[in-house]
Amino acid sequence: MFGLDKKDTTMLLVVAIMALFAPFILNPFPADSAMAQFNAGYPDLMQRFVIFGIFAIGFNILFGLTGYLSFGHAAFLGVGSYSAVWMFKLLSMNVIPAILLSVVMAGLFALLIGFVSLRRSGIYFSILTLAFAQMSFNLAYSVLTPITNGETGLQLTLNDPRVLGVSQTADGSIPVTSLFGLEMRSTYEMHLGPWLFQFNAGYYLSALIMLASFYLAIRIFRSPFGMMLRAVKSNQQRMNYTGLNTRPYTLAAFVISGMYAGLAGGLMASMDPLAGAERMQWTASGEVVLMTILGGAGTLIGPVVGAGFIKYFENIFSKINDNVLHQWFAFMPDGLEDAMVFIVHPFIGKGWHLTLGILFMLVVIFLPGGLVEGGQKIAAWVRKKRNKGSDDTTTKTEPAE
Amino acid sequence: MDAILLQILNGLDKGSAYALIALGLTLIFGTLGVVNFAHGALFMIGAFCSVTVQRILTLSFETVDESQKDFLGNPLKVKTPYVESWFGPETGAAIIDWSVPIAILFAIPVMLAVGYIMERGLIKHFYKRPHADQILVTFGLAIVLQEVVKYFYGANPIPTGAPDVFKGSFDFGVMLGFEANAIIYPYWRLVYFGFAALIIGGVFSFLQFTTFGMVVRAGMADRETVGLLGINIDRRFTIMFGIAAAVAGLAGVMYAPINSPNYHMGMDFLVLSFVVVVVGGMGSLPGAVLAGFLLGILESFASMNEVKSLIPGIDQIIIYLVAILILLTRPRGLMGRKGVMEE
Amino acid sequence: MGILEVKGVNKRFGGLQALGDVNLSVAENTVHAIIGPNGAGKSTLLNCLVGKLIPDTGSVMFDGQSVLGRKPFEINQMGISRVFQTPEIFGDLTVLENMMIPCFAKRDGSFELNAIPSVASQTDVLEKAEAMLVDMNMADKRHMNAASMSRGDKRRLEIGMCLSQEPRLLLLDEPTAGMARADTNNTIDLLKQIKDERDITIAIIEHDMHVVFSLSERITVLAQGTPLVEDTPENIKGHPKVREAYLGESA
Repeated sequence: MFGLDKKDTTMLLVVAIMALFAPFILNPFPADSAMAQFNAGYPDLMQRFVIFGIFAIGFNILFGLTGYLSFGHAAFLGVGSYSAVWMFKLLSMNVIPAILLSVVMAGLFALLIGFVSLRRSGIYFSILTLAFAQMSFNLAYSVLTPITNGETGLQLTLNDPRVLGVSQTADGSIPVTSLFGLEMRSTYEMHLGPWLFQFNAGYYLSALIMLASFYLAIRIFRSPFGMMLRAVKSNQQRMNYTGLNTRPYTLAAFVISGMYAGLAGGLMASMDPLAGAERMQWTASGEVVLMTILGGAGTLIGPVVGAGFIKYFENIFSKINDNVLHQWFAFMPDGLEDAMVFIVHPFIGKGWHLTLGILFMLVVIFLPGGLVEGGQKIAAWVRKKRNKGSDDTTTKTEPAE
Repeated sequence: MDAILLQILNGLDKGSAYALIALGLTLIFGTLGVVNFAHGALFMIGAFCSVTVQRILTLSFETVDESQKDFLGNPLKVKTPYVESWFGPETGAAIIDWSVPIAILFAIPVMLAVGYIMERGLIKHFYKRPHADQILVTFGLAIVLQEVVKYFYGANPIPTGAPDVFKGSFDFGVMLGFEANAIIYPYWRLVYFGFAALIIGGVFSFLQFTTFGMVVRAGMADRETVGLLGINIDRRFTIMFGIAAAVAGLAGVMYAPINSPNYHMGMDFLVLSFVVVVVGGMGSLPGAVLAGFLLGILESFASMNEVKSLIPGIDQIIIYLVAILILLTRPRGLMGRKGVMEE
Repeated sequence: MGILEVKGVNKRFGGLQALGDVNLSVAENTVHAIIGPNGAGKSTLLNCLVGKLIPDTGSVMFDGQSVLGRKPFEINQMGISRVFQTPEIFGDLTVLENMMIPCFAKRDGSFELNAIPSVASQTDVLEKAEAMLVDMNMADKRHMNAASMSRGDKRRLEIGMCLSQEPRLLLLDEPTAGMARADTNNTIDLLKQIKDERDITIAIIEHDMHVVFSLSERITVLAQGTPLVEDTPENIKGHPKVREAYLGESA
């Protein structure tokens, strides 16, 4: 189906179903229960899941296929956000032109940076992208203030000269982003017994775009172009002596992944129309590196898993506090309970970065294929165990040596 | 003229820090061939050694002083640091005052140990893996280290003062025959520069005049040949990693009074230090030092108002701009050897 | 006029004269060997032919066109394929994928943004790659990871990849270096078969005299960066200058 083989089709369908039913899947706990704080099915967070998913899918097209490790991809996300907000300010509150412009601008920006950075490879490439991104970040904070509004960040105001649309609504407030009239913030709430499920227009738009991006990424991975990119990673020397010019291949991959980042930035601004320079900082670039590698660089589904994992940690894991821990370990004797809380305490709440850092190191050291490879290994192990179990029953009658 | 001199001086302290971090990075890259993204974290740990020593020295006990009353009329509780009660108030106060220099003694063994554990426990397993993996795992380590520091010391910068003698500034201009107040320079920055020069000199003479250093230099030039001579290069490289960690750490210890230590200062310095290493030439020790000072001074020139009005924003991007230009026109950097990581 | 004409090529590295006034003519559809002791400049000469090095003076013409100043991929597109001393293949890809990549390069040129159709839908390339695998006797290994093969098989794959580009000149750089006797003989047989079955010119740099004398029709002896003599294998064997400069020590 869709020009994909059976395995890829299944994967795409699973992701599609997960995305469409996310408001249910992520809200397993009744709204008033103690566990409700672990519900992730609220619009803001669900939007972030899929938007960072797009960002990571795009990053993986560059790093996963060609092995070029960019530490500056957040710059493209930032450019996308700024472009989208400007589109809202000047043209219309419709998200379509904003998203289109952010993709185009990020693509142009990536073309420029990629053209220069890709003249080097390995660590030099990483440092060049890092330098470019830091440069953009510094410029956004200083000289480019007329465009970026410096530290405050770019926001909508009550007197934006919007060509198609009004500067203010009838009640004197700033208009909201919409898709041909469908407001991005509009949310349908469904009460089902004690449960509350929220269906948000912005989330569903982002999810559909994520699915389209994911589908496109699958096509790229399975195409001759994708194969060439893997060949670049494997042996550039052989590429050159096979009559292939590696530079346009890597540049195309760089620009495509930059456009994915711009798309993510544009969507982010479409959900919440503001853009700040901190989105371009190199630590933000580091985040997408973490996501992709944690999930599994070079695998299709890995970046999506990684993005979801990190965003869940950031928003949910960080909410666990000592009280919650005491509840969890309440079944233990008092002394032991306190000891357990004491041990676990540094890793939860605000310490979730520590857990993330350790997890990331473990993945780089032991699981180069990321969580996806980990999952596959466990599945293979379980299968083997099960087979062995059935073997045992058949060989039981034989005497032991 | 005096303005130019002032900018050169201003560039020196930042340049010193860049040079010291870049020196350590280069030692590690040159000897072990490892790209260490956790090197900034080592600088940060050094700075927190200063904080720790200051805290230890100011550990106090409380006594109630009946002769003094607070504004509510209750007897005043007075905190007396243990060192003051042990060594007498004056010596004790002096020891506390000098806590940053004293922290050097504390930081050397700590940093050597941190470096040793890092190399044996982690880096060792990454010699044969691609540079991207080295970058990633040390990036992860940097996150872990800074989060650990954040857990123990909090997220806010912790002011850590220099000894009183070095507070205040000194008027360079008068000394050189300019008007008073033309070139004013804080004493501590001068100390920092002197300290950096001392460390750099120490590292270079160590490499130049000891047998150990000779082997390490030979190893930097050609690892395989030295291995063939039956010299245990790996153990020496472990020690080298410890030394590089100590250099970064000491740079951090002494930097604490210039910039109050916070948990992310390492990351801030790391990016710039990498740029410095690249400009100097990957694997070239003199290059790292030279580029460190050059970029530090260049940065302070770019922040002059005259320059800024000519090219707005140049102070923010000058270092990156230079790095990009160098990488594109002369990938081996100012003093790098030909063929080292040029591609 | 040979298909490859090297005239007056000089190359210096600092104080070292690596190539001094090299003239060489390789006739079409022959096997031409270039031999010489270590440091004679064989590899430097080869690198000048494929665009990795640019000679200081002189000209290198392939089929009437100069190759100087062109990048390796451009020279390859002109019809020169190179086999390396240690097999250079795509270790992370399967054998079939390895074989498909030169077929794509032949069909689409040096760059083609073919990002939407799947590899499986490119039947022309697939068929060609499969056929070449059959020719190379490695069809059963098509789904193996290329890096996991034996050295002999990697060499065979690399030669097959070069052939699937239908080059007019095949350059081989010590193709049997570090190989066991059996693998060496296999490679010789493969090259003989290629020579017999295809319209192709082969230039080979080799250390192993067994390989040289069993394959080549012309031999150029290089010593200290300069061609000493060029002749048929029979005459080279008996040439006093050659015996003195090269074979003398090893024979």
